[in-house]
Amino acid sequence: MTQENETAVMTQESGAAPDGAEFEGENLLEVNNLKMYFPVNSRGVIPRHVADVKAVDDISFFVRRGETLGVVGESGCGKTTVGRCIMQVYKVTDGEVVFEGVDLTKLSPGRMRRMRRRLQMIFQDPYSSLNPRMTAGSIIGEPIRIHNMARGRGEYMEQVEELLRVVGLNPYMRDRYPHEFSGGQRQRIGIARALAVRPSLIICDEPVSALDVSIQAQVINLLEELQEQFDLTYIFIAHDLSVVRHISDRVAVMYLGKVVEIATREELYENPLHPYTRALLSAVPIPDPLVERQRERIVLTGDVPSPIRPPSGCRFHTRCPIAIDMCSEEDPEFRNVGGDHWVACHRV
Amino acid sequence: MATETGQPVLEIKDLVTRFYTADGVVKAVDGVSYNVREGEIVGVVGESGSGKSVTALSVMRLIPPPGGRIEQGEALLDGEDMLKMSNERVLEVRGAKIAMIFQEPMTSLNPVLTIGRQLTEALETHLEMNRAAAATRAGELLEMVGIPDGRNRLNDYPHQFSGGMRQRVMIAMGLSCEPRLLIADEPTTALDVTIQAQILELMQRLNQELGTAVIIITHNLGVVARYAHWINVMYAGRIVESGPAETIFKNPRHPYTIGLLASVPRLDEPRRAKLEPIEGMPPDLMNLPGGCSFRPRCPFAIDRCAEEYPPFEPVDGSIDHMKACWVDVTTAGMHAAGSAN
Repeated sequence: MTQENETAVMTQESGAAPDGAEFEGENLLEVNNLKMYFPVNSRGVIPRHVADVKAVDDISFFVRRGETLGVVGESGCGKTTVGRCIMQVYKVTDGEVVFEGVDLTKLSPGRMRRMRRRLQMIFQDPYSSLNPRMTAGSIIGEPIRIHNMARGRGEYMEQVEELLRVVGLNPYMRDRYPHEFSGGQRQRIGIARALAVRPSLIICDEPVSALDVSIQAQVINLLEELQEQFDLTYIFIAHDLSVVRHISDRVAVMYLGKVVEIATREELYENPLHPYTRALLSAVPIPDPLVERQRERIVLTGDVPSPIRPPSGCRFHTRCPIAIDMCSEEDPEFRNVGGDHWVACHRV
Repeated sequence: MATETGQPVLEIKDLVTRFYTADGVVKAVDGVSYNVREGEIVGVVGESGSGKSVTALSVMRLIPPPGGRIEQGEALLDGEDMLKMSNERVLEVRGAKIAMIFQEPMTSLNPVLTIGRQLTEALETHLEMNRAAAATRAGELLEMVGIPDGRNRLNDYPHQFSGGMRQRVMIAMGLSCEPRLLIADEPTTALDVTIQAQILELMQRLNQELGTAVIIITHNLGVVARYAHWINVMYAGRIVESGPAETIFKNPRHPYTIGLLASVPRLDEPRRAKLEPIEGMPPDLMNLPGGCSFRPRCPFAIDRCAEEYPPFEPVDGSIDHMKACWVDVTTAGMHAAGSAN
């Protein structure tokens, strides 16, 4: 964007943003019976709809204000799709995404665009998620301009510099381009961009998995400090169960488009009920040879089945070490087993 | 466990590899020495840019000219120096006596050749098998690495396999000629934890059954804890600490190793309120600081660290456990020394 353009946008009336009244409910976000099917079309002159990839298939959960909900699962389980459905990147197939009391799936594109100020996203790949032709300052400032959140150039620059400081970068770095930053610093720019519009919910999609081990801890600590400082609510999507335990208040485990278990952090890691959760936990390597060699490991056989033709009944039954006949016939109900613990398994 | 008496299969001695670029000289490997003994699994741990992969690529003679140059050192494979071999000899040895599998099973298989052809190529070249015998053997190899119905999948192409399956194919290719040494560069990084467990169990089984020595290169300390007999920790092109796996995890003595272990949350320990990261950034290999490369990030650094690179010396007079650090740091002594800084 050129200098003139930028100023033109800045001078527009900035009161238009729908700040609205502060939302008071306990659950900042409620996802009800969410389904996201991607159509598979046949090849040929006239493509025909032949099947669906059921990336997310009828899941429900909520996120309380100020908490971090971890979402774990293997690649292809639908965890990233859930995040994108909440952001309304896709038009969902069915279900509700109620954010601050408003069902986002029913909003017009214009209202949704204004609503996006309240919910932001941090991406996995700090290389591809920043425009290489924009400076760090303009990357962070873009959402401020789009949502008219600064009056005039002075206030805009002030906000950009403050954001850089908040994420631990130096304000003089605003004129640098992404390639001049390391992976960890780029992720900080991504975080600053998400914070720029003062959101209440940030969806973090694998925010540290592309970073070096020694840098991961820096970014996790930063995310936790920011959460406290700005009253943020996080959905933290990751495949690293040790990191998820560290940062989450509650954890949801996904398998092949379904949530199979949700519980508080302590409950999930100390008393996992679903056989898939148990297998996942036992597969996480622990950096200690003595502990490792004594640990029982549940090694699951086979791969995750295709989400185009998911197994009948419980989707995990093809790899489950304790499956019985019933599991291949009936889809287990996702039920509360006391407290905040929910699980979908016939054998529990 | 570690076969203490095993003969060295590979001896790397004072290896230096540099990349000459338009922007400057990258000191990727700066004097690395280590051994791998028969039947041993060695873990090489370090972050991106630590030189762990470049060391392996140098041994394999896969450093791309003209920018990349192996400047000095030896890599003795059963006593024969890989670095001084003729190109013809390298082609004979590579695949037959020493094999390497790569991180990205998607890009390291040829997408337009069938899995069968990619497996039989090495068998026909190195073991001089005929087509039929090679195909039979290829089928056996696929089943050995746990690909169900492997014999009937020889005509499939890589895209018809999942990520975990492709990594198994890579392992089957690596093992096809029963090499003395298999180098696995981040073999599980692109894979999910449940698949990662399968692959590591498989590599351990093959190590035990066939006696193949294995180097596992990884940035994840957890991955090697269960399987490695020996650990080398690398930072900025050098080995900073080395020793038997139990010792390195129980009694780490280099500040970088201590920092790495402290910075990852562990599932078997109570959750800590805060993680303890290693401050700062990985070093710029074109502009390494004088003295110890870790000094700018080290909480224990003293004046001497800026002046001279510390020698690689035994820890507490041990013959196995070595480290390169001027300061005597222990996990327990961390806070005392840290606050004094």
